[in-house]
This record gives sequence, structure tokens and C-alpha cells, in this order.
Amino acid sequence: MLNVGKIEEGIVLDHIEAGKAMLIYHYLKLDRTEYPVAIIKNARSEAMTRKDILKVECDPDSLNLDVIAFMAPSVTVNVIKGGEIVEKRQLHLPEEITGVLKCHNPRCITSIEQELPHIFYLSDHTRQIYRCRYCEERYTAGVLEKRYR
Amino acid sequence: MRHLLSPLDFSVQELEDLFDLAADIEKNPGKYAHACDGLKIATLFYEPSTRTRLSFEAAMMNLGGKALGFASADSSSAAKGESVADTIRVISCFADIAAIRHSKEGAALVASRFSSIPVINAGDGGHEHPTQTLLDMMTIRTLKGRLDHFTIGICGDLKFGRTVHSLVNAMSRYEGVHFVFISPPELRVPDYITEMLDEKGLSYEEKISLDEAISGLDLLYMTRVQRERFFNEEDYVRLKNFYVLTPKLMSMAKEDMYVLHPLPRVNEISVEIDKDPRAAYFRQVQYGVYVRMALILTLLGIDVDSL
Repeated sequence: MLNVGKIEEGIVLDHIEAGKAMLIYHYLKLDRTEYPVAIIKNARSEAMTRKDILKVECDPDSLNLDVIAFMAPSVTVNVIKGGEIVEKRQLHLPEEITGVLKCHNPRCITSIEQELPHIFYLSDHTRQIYRCRYCEERYTAGVLEKRYR
Repeated sequence: MRHLLSPLDFSVQELEDLFDLAADIEKNPGKYAHACDGLKIATLFYEPSTRTRLSFEAAMMNLGGKALGFASADSSSAAKGESVADTIRVISCFADIAAIRHSKEGAALVASRFSSIPVINAGDGGHEHPTQTLLDMMTIRTLKGRLDHFTIGICGDLKFGRTVHSLVNAMSRYEGVHFVFISPPELRVPDYITEMLDEKGLSYEEKISLDEAISGLDLLYMTRVQRERFFNEEDYVRLKNFYVLTPKLMSMAKEDMYVLHPLPRVNEISVEIDKDPRAAYFRQVQYGVYVRMALILTLLGIDVDSL
């Protein structure tokens, strides 16, 4: 059994679907920070069989976690202070996502106008469906491919 | 400042007011002949068009205004790589209102965000074509006397047919409208349209055979399989003659089942149907001018009675 030490202050992203930790790592731009990060892949999980975990030592409010709900709806966020879990943060699907996903529809205006922000709005809360603001192309929460900008 | 990007940008009441205005323009054209004296419309057509561009220009001229613009991307600065955002900023300095057609979906939305004049979506790729919808609805309202309680058959390219998407969006707000989508499986209506209908609890069915569907329809909206929307010529050739409306088929339809078509027609409606009193597609073109005149006045906030 692999053991990774506790962090004093930061966040623990738990219950990440196995294989998605690096996508979230890149989305949070952790590669551009000097925060200590532990990436745990394929950890054993009773509920999920296998899961990924990310531990980040940082100011918990310094990261934009909103879009994680879209990328990996199963994720739970534990806020750590003084080495203890002080908050289990509930993530909600944001009404709008800008600058994270890239619309892959070749008929979309964003395919030729490079400077436009890629904007997606939540069109169906129940089915967790987002649509491109420009062309209505559909993206489902949790169905991840390499579409990130 | 208001734009028209989708027919849903106008409420049902606002659409009624627009159609009433268009009907008054039809009856009293002289009353509106100088409503836009000194004003200009810019027609920014990155994609070829006959009816829509000339209809907008004729509409503005009928109101006493003038028209300027371009008729293809090749004859604009788009050929040099200028963005829609930059083009509309520039055009805003020359004209009072703009109509834009572009092959990419969402182009009109982009234009509206960077424009300081009202923008009308004159077709954005396979997405929407709201002024076609306004004239379709005006035609239906004039011929049938109402916009509710119909079974509407929509036949042909329902996947890329932007006129279809706009029409379904707009008609879904009226009571008792039942849609029959008739298309080959490859050109089915997009899921965002059926999701919208499901969400609103509206009734629709999907069929492949026009022969089976036609006798139950109150209106038939035919569309062309559009070569320009296919990335693969082989698919286009396979699907282009999937439906042809013939006199034999029309003999199976109700006596008051009007046939609409956004035009251009290729061969999906036999020319023999043109003589049938139920063929409404050329009348649609005339209503299009009145509706666009009404739209220009509405977006510019011009009330002829107060001039």
C-alpha cells in the first residue's frame, strides 16, 4: 500500500475517476506553480474500484475549482487547514464555462476566429449538458477528451 | 440596442406586432416609403445568396434608405484574413443597421457583440436563419389565419437546414403544434432541437418516408439537401434526390396542405407543383420583403405614425 503524507494547508481532490488526475492537474495549471503536489493514480477505492487523488499544498482559495464539477463530477474537495479537514466543499456545475474547453465543431466561428473566448453554457442541469454559445455543439459533463485549451 | 440572432429574440407578442406591421406595409406601402430616408443597411454576405441579400436591400430601398455591402467573402477583407469582429466594427461607422450571412455558426452572435449598430442574422452556417423563419411564419399566418394547432411536416435536410432549426424553435412556442420530421437517418434533426421539444413536452415524430407522412399534414415545409454543408461529395450525391415532391404525392395530401420551401429549389419539388394552388413558396418571397421592412423599422425603433 502506497502512503502519501498529510498536508498542513491546501486541498485534496478525492474520488477522481481513474486516469483523469493529470487532466485536472493541467487545468488547474499546477505545472505553472511552485505548490507541492502529490498525484496519486489508481488508488484502491471501495466505491470506485480505482480512483485518482490530487493533494495540493496551497492557499485553498487560490485555485479556481468551479470547472472541476464539469470535468469530473464525482470529485469531492476537502479543504485542509492545520493538517485537518475543515470543509468538504460541494461543487456545483457552473452556469457558464469560459476559456477552458475548446469547441471542436469545424463549422463553429471559433474554428476560424482565434481570439474569441470559447464559451459554453449549461443547457440541461439534469443531464449535465453544456452547449457552445456560438454553435450549440453539445458537451456532457464528465465525458473528457483532450479538448482543453 | 436590439439584434435579431434567433427568432426567439422576439417574444410571441413582439412577433405578432411585427407581422401586423408587415401586413400594414403590404396594404399601405406609400405610408412607409420615406421612413428610412438617409439611412443605410450594410449587407455583409460572406456566403452567396440571391433572395436574402436582395430582399434586405429591396426592403431598405422601399423604406427610402440605401444599401451597401459585399456579396461574397472573396470580395471583402475576409479574403485578407480580417475577422468578423473587426469587419463589423468598421461597418458600424458606415451604416445604421447590418445583415450578416456567414458559413460559420455563431458568426452573427460575434458580430452583435462587437457592433454599435443593430445586427440581423441572415444565416450562420447550419445554425439559424431567423428572417427566413419570420417570413415562413408570416406566410403561414396569412394563408392559414393562425400560427397554432397544426401538424407541420418538415422534410429533407434537417441536420444542416438552418431554416428548419429556426422554424422549429419559433413554432414551438405556439399551442397544439405537432412536428413530423421527415429525413434520411443521416440528416436527422439535431439532438438540441429534439431535447428542446422534449423539455417543453411538445409532440413530434420522426419518419423516413414522405409517402407515409403526407396525408396527415396541414403544412409541408420542404428543404434542399445542401451541397455546401457536406465535407464529403459522395454523401451529398447519395442523399440529394432522397425526396422529390411530385403531383402523385400531392394527390395524397389534404386539399389545404400548403407547401413551403425556403428556396433555392433544386429538384426536391417537381416544377409541375408550381401550378398547384397549394404551392406557397414564391409567395413566401414576397412576404419576405414586407417582413424585413417591418424588422428594419422595429430594430431601428422607427414608428411611422410618430414621424
